Amino acid sequence: MKNVELTVNGSPVSGEVESRTLLVHFLREHLRLTGTHIGCDTSQCGACVVHVNGKSVKSCTMLAVQADGAEVTTIEGLAHGEELHPMQQAFMDNHGLQCGFCTPGMIMSALDIVKRNGNELDEATVRKELEGNICRCTGYHNIVKSVQAGARAMGGES
Amino acid sequence: MYEFNYRHANSVPDAIAAMQAADDGKFLAGGQTMLPTMKHRLAGPSDLIDLKGIAELKGINVTDQSVTIGAMTTHAEVAASTQVQNAIPALARLAGNIGDPAVRNCGTLGGSIANNDPAADYPSAVLALGATVKTSQREIPADEFFTGMFETALAEDEIIVSVSFPVAESAAYMKFENPASRYAIVGVFVAKTAGTVRVAVTGATTCAHRALRIEEALAGELDAEKVDAVTIPVEKMNSDIHASADYRAHLVIVMAKRAIAAASS
Repeated sequence: MKNVELTVNGSPVSGEVESRTLLVHFLREHLRLTGTHIGCDTSQCGACVVHVNGKSVKSCTMLAVQADGAEVTTIEGLAHGEELHPMQQAFMDNHGLQCGFCTPGMIMSALDIVKRNGNELDEATVRKELEGNICRCTGYHNIVKSVQAGARAMGGES
Repeated sequence: MYEFNYRHANSVPDAIAAMQAADDGKFLAGGQTMLPTMKHRLAGPSDLIDLKGIAELKGINVTDQSVTIGAMTTHAEVAASTQVQNAIPALARLAGNIGDPAVRNCGTLGGSIANNDPAADYPSAVLALGATVKTSQREIPADEFFTGMFETALAEDEIIVSVSFPVAESAAYMKFENPASRYAIVGVFVAKTAGTVRVAVTGATTCAHRALRIEEALAGELDAEKVDAVTIPVEKMNSDIHASADYRAHLVIVMAKRAIAAASS
């Protein structure tokens, strides 16, 4: 067993893990942060995307020990109390989900897209950048709209 | 996934010592292939030696003649590097189309070529640009590096330090990709340097290779029409649920012509 210490959503956390414990299992089962989902478990669907040191990663394809010492942000770390993050709000306003299973990963990927591409995103950019996130309900149309609206809202416009 | 010993290496000698002490060790780079392989229990190393903490394996150095990329540099870093974009734009674009953004934030150049997946993108660039692979022991020319399916010239305890790509006059990479995994069903990298045109193919056979018949037909010129007369041996092509051997042979010609056209424009 290994001891890992990391910062998750701004708070220091630690735990005893096996070497093979995946980051997503550490988040969900040790920390009970179950907003991060496991969809395919084969690094394709993106339901498990979190940020590690500010970059989006698939937490089903990273060991907890690899994240030792890192700063991790999960979907639970976005809202301020009852006030949703602008990207979360945009998904709500634009009906960017049906079953909601992929949504945490979509939103974490969306924030990474905004960070790298800015607040004015065209549809083609969003669709290309969401290649690693799979939704089986919506056909992506409203997800793309949500990401564009969320990006603008993060830039200070509604 | 079977349990293993996780070791964090601080230097190249440290990593090599850990490997030599292990029963059946593996080096861990970005983990984007290693971990899925272990999850499927297709690999069960006794030790994983993480190279992430070794500073000398990271970074990009560009001169007039070459682009040298540290083995642990991620695909996202290569894709976003304005230096690489200016020196060898085709290389930056190749890196920016591997997998998806989250995979590119973890996956590394060294990990990709050490694994030598038959459908990986980077091996084609290493071959077509005539790169040199610098390891903890020696310098290996591209033409001697990739030796077979998931096989390379690397020894068990040999670590890739960096890869040096000569700057080409022009180059382009065209990939016909699997829409789910983004791996190449067929990818062709074309590079022109000082009167020579090199063409490398990935995804089509068991191992990335130079398409010598196409190179001979081109005879140093980026003229896509010259490829029409080339026959690609179907019997060497991979055949699977994604594409038949006949289709892959056809795609080699199509993607080669597209890459040549892109490199000459």
